[in-house]
Amino acid sequence: MKTVIIKYNAGNIRSVDFALKRLNMESEITDDHEKIRRADKVIFPGVGEAKSTMDHLRSQGLDRLILQLKQPVLGICLGMQLMCDESEERNASCLGIVPVRVRRFGGPVKVPHMGWSRITGLRSPLLEGVPEGSYVYFVHSYYVPDNQYSIATSSHGVSFSAAVQREHFYAVQFHPEKSGRTGERILKNFLSL
Amino acid sequence: MPAKRIIPCLDVKEGKTVKGIRFEDIRDVGDPVEMGKRYSEEGADELVYLDITASHEKRKTLPELVRNIAANLNIPFTVGGGVSNLEDARVLLEAGADKISVNSAAVRSPDLIDEIARNYGSQFVTLAIDARQEEQGWHVYINGGRVETGKELFDWAREGQERGCGEILFTSMNHDGAKRGYALEALDELSQSLSIPVIASGGAGSREHFAELFTGTHVDAALAASVFHYQEIDIPQMKNYLNHQGIEVRL
Repeated sequence: MKTVIIKYNAGNIRSVDFALKRLNMESEITDDHEKIRRADKVIFPGVGEAKSTMDHLRSQGLDRLILQLKQPVLGICLGMQLMCDESEERNASCLGIVPVRVRRFGGPVKVPHMGWSRITGLRSPLLEGVPEGSYVYFVHSYYVPDNQYSIATSSHGVSFSAAVQREHFYAVQFHPEKSGRTGERILKNFLSL
Repeated sequence: MPAKRIIPCLDVKEGKTVKGIRFEDIRDVGDPVEMGKRYSEEGADELVYLDITASHEKRKTLPELVRNIAANLNIPFTVGGGVSNLEDARVLLEAGADKISVNSAAVRSPDLIDEIARNYGSQFVTLAIDARQEEQGWHVYINGGRVETGKELFDWAREGQERGCGEILFTSMNHDGAKRGYALEALDELSQSLSIPVIASGGAGSREHFAELFTGTHVDAALAASVFHYQEIDIPQMKNYLNHQGIEVRL
């Protein structure tokens, strides 16, 4: 089985690759359309800024490619936000898989939301075997509001969607590759979908 | 609010872990990758690796070490001590560091903070500040506490936030190595006056010091080195203790 990690102008995508290798899974970081199309599983990671990342994806035709994929796709962090309609981050227009607008944290809470928070309301094969209330590692300043495709919820001043699933598109706001044993379980679940 | 983070700090010299007592008297305590894994399994929430190798040597050794750590660790880690320009930051990012911390180089050229934040995001850059309380307040020092900068702690931290760092790591030089507790008052003022997370450093000697830090201030995380390295504090036991004190920690 072959897992592909989409390569684009984002930070620290290597750590996802390392995490898969720790699980003894074969993976490759690539922006080659043919390789992405043929992969069994596709991971769409990301740390970075929404607008410039979307511009980059469009310039490479990766936006259309992602929407055409039929195999399970996992968005991570910015990858989840880019799956939404649009983002408050420089008013980026995004992929439109999840029909919500990504918002910035405000109010009295510390931004970025950085650290380990609990996830609840778990309901998806992606989160099978993960106990309700498990801690996972988040680093983000923008969040996906709760919506009809949420499969996990967390909170930081406001309640927000920690993970979504729409058909074969899955996404998590936290970093499974940095979330200890819980994160490993989630990656394993994704790889066995 | 996320759980309060417990962060062991590993000082690294020429690829090996050491810990200085009050920045001097260095003793070898082990392999950085193995120690990191051990801490992660014990429940550390994050790790900080601080490279104290002389700068001309570290360009060779640090990226390789960071790759090794990233390949083996399943929790986040910060790398400090090796970053004096944007290129250093890029190399460490590509090696797999989750965050880097800047200290002396940021004091010398504050634009470095803006540049790293703009290119790699605020979450990637932690501003580390060493400061000592003197008669007229808290003075910022660089070069491992040897050079006074003329900057004041709270002003510098605010400036760092405005320039785009994602976190402040504040070490009280008065408290570091003394094991009599953290600089509670300054830490609380700092964490209340900033909108980004604050990591407390310097002074941990017992689990009670962590408890008073988290109940008495608004800081987000506690960093310590020797109490963990010399096994004076056991992380799982301490986290259970903190939990019993009503402090949210990841168990």
